[in-house]
Amino acid sequence: MIVQAIAFYLFAAIIIASAVMVIAARNPVHSVLFLILAFFNAAGLFVLVGAEFLAMIMVIVYVGAVAVLFLFVVMMLDINFVELRQGFLNYLPVGALIGLILMIELIFVLTAGTVTPVVPAATGAPIPAIGQVTNTEALGAVLYTRYIYLFQASGMILFVAMIGAIVLTLRSRDGVRRQDAGKQTGRTRAESVEVRKVAPGGGV
Amino acid sequence: MIESRLPDFMTALPEIWLAGAAMLLLLIGVFRGNGGTRMVSWLAVVAIAVAFVMVAVSPAEREVTFAGMFVSDSFAKFAKELVLIGSAATIIMSLGYIRREGMERFEFPILILTATVGMMLMVSANDLIALYLGLELQSLSLYVLAAFKRDSLRSTEAGLKYFVLGALSSGMLLYGCSLIYGFTGTTNFDSLTTLFQGDAQAGIGLVFGIVFLIAGLAFKISAVPFHMWTPDVYEGATTPITAFFAAAPKVAAMSLFVRVLISPLVGVAAQWQQVIVAIAIASMLLGAFAAIRQTNIKRLMAYSSIGHMGFALVGLAAGTTDGAQSVMTYLAIYMVMNLGTFAAILAMKVKGEMVENVSDLSGLARTQPMLAFVLAVFMFSLAGIPPLAGFFAKFYVFKAAIDAGLFTLAIVGVLASVVGAFYYIRIIKVMYFDEPGDAFDLPVAGELRLVMTVTGLFTLLFVVFPTPILAWAQGAAAALIP
Repeated sequence: MIVQAIAFYLFAAIIIASAVMVIAARNPVHSVLFLILAFFNAAGLFVLVGAEFLAMIMVIVYVGAVAVLFLFVVMMLDINFVELRQGFLNYLPVGALIGLILMIELIFVLTAGTVTPVVPAATGAPIPAIGQVTNTEALGAVLYTRYIYLFQASGMILFVAMIGAIVLTLRSRDGVRRQDAGKQTGRTRAESVEVRKVAPGGGV
Repeated sequence: MIESRLPDFMTALPEIWLAGAAMLLLLIGVFRGNGGTRMVSWLAVVAIAVAFVMVAVSPAEREVTFAGMFVSDSFAKFAKELVLIGSAATIIMSLGYIRREGMERFEFPILILTATVGMMLMVSANDLIALYLGLELQSLSLYVLAAFKRDSLRSTEAGLKYFVLGALSSGMLLYGCSLIYGFTGTTNFDSLTTLFQGDAQAGIGLVFGIVFLIAGLAFKISAVPFHMWTPDVYEGATTPITAFFAAAPKVAAMSLFVRVLISPLVGVAAQWQQVIVAIAIASMLLGAFAAIRQTNIKRLMAYSSIGHMGFALVGLAAGTTDGAQSVMTYLAIYMVMNLGTFAAILAMKVKGEMVENVSDLSGLARTQPMLAFVLAVFMFSLAGIPPLAGFFAKFYVFKAAIDAGLFTLAIVGVLASVVGAFYYIRIIKVMYFDEPGDAFDLPVAGELRLVMTVTGLFTLLFVVFPTPILAWAQGAAAALIP
């Protein structure tokens, strides 16, 4: 137990510290690297609570895709982050106030609310208890059966997102060199290779 | 543990068909290029017509499938039929416009199809997650449609504004859903209904959840105070898209609103009733007063739609099946009037250029008496003057509110509709009593005349044959409370 507790506090402390550094770092590339560190530690927390599938997804999706995408954006766009951050101190009081209100609301909700226990008994848990199967197995058992509708609806949303991205950004420009496979394979030796006599010391 | 039964796909057949049709048409569009837009548009209309038949012949009994997440009942049938009519009319109305304005791309009808699928999923949702996914499918298509004329600054601004604010409202909706799930332990509407039966006490956390849910849905129907995006998006988006925004998505979002509040949450009506009363009053008043100063007819229609959503919410605030019936009647009539009005706006074209100011209509009665007459009918109807359809729409919602004892709400509503009548009738005054300006181009496109004729006849003749619509709405509302 004590090892778990130590691991939890270690992961949690590193997450908070690196989250602060994401905002505080002067160099935006460092910010992104701290973000990746935070993601890795969040994955560690998921492992601690027994959600190993979520932990792996966290590493693959967030670190592997999202953070690398951020890194590309930060390096490819010429944004002056120092200038962007200039108003930070002016907005700090307002931001802090909103944060405080949200925190009070959350405490209010958490302490005053009552969780009704009847419903889970009525609906039944869709998956067996955590001790019996692994996360991955439990998810796989319900994702394409019980939740097939939601899965397919999400697929439709991604489909629309793809159409939208193409509609709004794709332009057919002139002078773009495209690969033409037919033209490439249709080339003959005669039109692409030329044998020339080169005089010694003369060059072509 | 693996469920060996296949879910019942037949219940969701219209949605599956329409989603498949959208993908097939996309393939056809890609192969034919933008020259095939007209064909893809007409095929999309055919696909919608087939889906309409599928919805119409589907059984009226309540059927639940996909592990209780998808429901088909006469309420969903009613809303789906309205949505399909709205979408088909929009595609037909846009045919000439997109060709003329140089935005003839085959994705246009396809995005309307995917939005329609989203709206059908919304009105058939029987689960908070299904609700959210349907809403996102619809909204995402609409964001792209708003920015569809990508070389126009106003159109892209409209799309971006709609997207950012829409994402914020989705966040609020999700937050509300998560609170409801957290405090009840279920996302399923049937389980929620069981839970709130009898004299259920909603905890404070649950009330927070419901309020956030209402805030998210109120954004989608552009009720005050979540209306800020409406005038800018309506003005910036191209006119056929504005017509679409004002018709089908409003019907779908309002139906969803009715289903969520009347079906699972009716047991805790005391908690949400006052919120609905407040946003209904605010929407009606803002819709009436803010529209007075508008000179652009699309902005004016935006405020008009805010006001009309306020009137529809009056019926919802009653919290009864009669209230739900009045809302559904209202939506049917509202959609028809709006489609007709926008068909008339699409005919506002001087020397090949679209015009959209109220002053451009001056003297229309002398240059184009028929167009002026049709537009006057819609304006009188939107103002709620008997014996046109718009009067009955308002009559039923106010009656439902009075039956439920909400007298203040009904009185404010009547006063707001008096104020609103001012700007509708001002348009009629401009058309009939001002000196003619530049005459509009003739002839008006055939598809616009078709839409105007059908919607105009509906508006005029509703007083003679009100029974089918009323009975239809009654059956729909009765399905909500089993």
